[in-house]
Amino acid sequence: MSATEQALASGDAVPLSLRGPAPTRIVAGYGFWLFLLSDIIIFAALFAAYAVLSGETAGGPTAADLFDKRHVLIETACLLASSVTCGFGSLAVQSADKRSTYFWMAITFILGVAFLRLEVSEFTHMLSIGAGPSRSAFLSAFFTLVGTHGLHVTIGLCWLIVMLLQVATLGFQPMVSRRFFSFGLFWHALDIVWIGVFTIVYLGAHL
Amino acid sequence: MSTEIEAQGVAPGVNVRTHGTRRSYLIGLGYAVVLTLASFWASSTDVIYPPGVPILLGVLAIAQMGIHLVFFLHISSAPDQTNNILALAFGIFVVGLLVFGSMIIMANLNHNMMPMDQLLKMQH
Repeated sequence: MSATEQALASGDAVPLSLRGPAPTRIVAGYGFWLFLLSDIIIFAALFAAYAVLSGETAGGPTAADLFDKRHVLIETACLLASSVTCGFGSLAVQSADKRSTYFWMAITFILGVAFLRLEVSEFTHMLSIGAGPSRSAFLSAFFTLVGTHGLHVTIGLCWLIVMLLQVATLGFQPMVSRRFFSFGLFWHALDIVWIGVFTIVYLGAHL
Repeated sequence: MSTEIEAQGVAPGVNVRTHGTRRSYLIGLGYAVVLTLASFWASSTDVIYPPGVPILLGVLAIAQMGIHLVFFLHISSAPDQTNNILALAFGIFVVGLLVFGSMIIMANLNHNMMPMDQLLKMQH
């Protein structure tokens, strides 16, 4: 018996280089993880722009004038709750339970829509009092940062609808659970970005 | 399936040990709620020395991001997560460079720039 065969036979001792390609599930998950990290780097650039420009109000309204903490707390609660229900939904997908998948993912969807509604109402209010993105560098940076996050949430909600349709039509095939799993990662990552948004943009405004 | 996962490392977000339990999500929710309320409280209280509040908010935010990574994304220091951790470490490194680098450079630039009113006077 050669050394390689011996190593393969003993199970645990098999070096990584001799184990062959990883299953698609792991490769896809890792690839999506890399995408998420690059997405977070985009947000980092927008955060840097906001941090640099947050004082440049050009005589217009300042952050402390515009932001309402209670409103943000409700938004945060919606997003955090939807993150947890999405986690419960992912567990339902793992155990191939259609009914609880629909149940938890529907709640996730509703909480996501509630978050978006609150954000849109805030934006329209700001536009109506003349604090639109063209008013000052601070507001341009604000609308770009928070708007990009909102856009991600919107895309996530569209993705969630597509995934629920795929569960309805294709069932829990490995392909579908893999996509659902990536959706879960995406949704949790958006919540992590939101922590930065409410800390830097909304709570930082009142210091 | 589980032996396959252990042989090849795991994808981020897969928690092999607590597979199928809601406990980790609920624990994560508990921590996240406490940390969120703490940062909202810290930003509006008079109890804390005011110049220390931004640092406290930063610490609370980073702690909450850590909680989300561990309890929702199931990132751990287990040997089968080495790839995920390495990618995350590189991501954090780039984010740090971007954010702090921009802030330092722009603060320096502002510091060295002539005040705007004098600049306008020179144009006449």
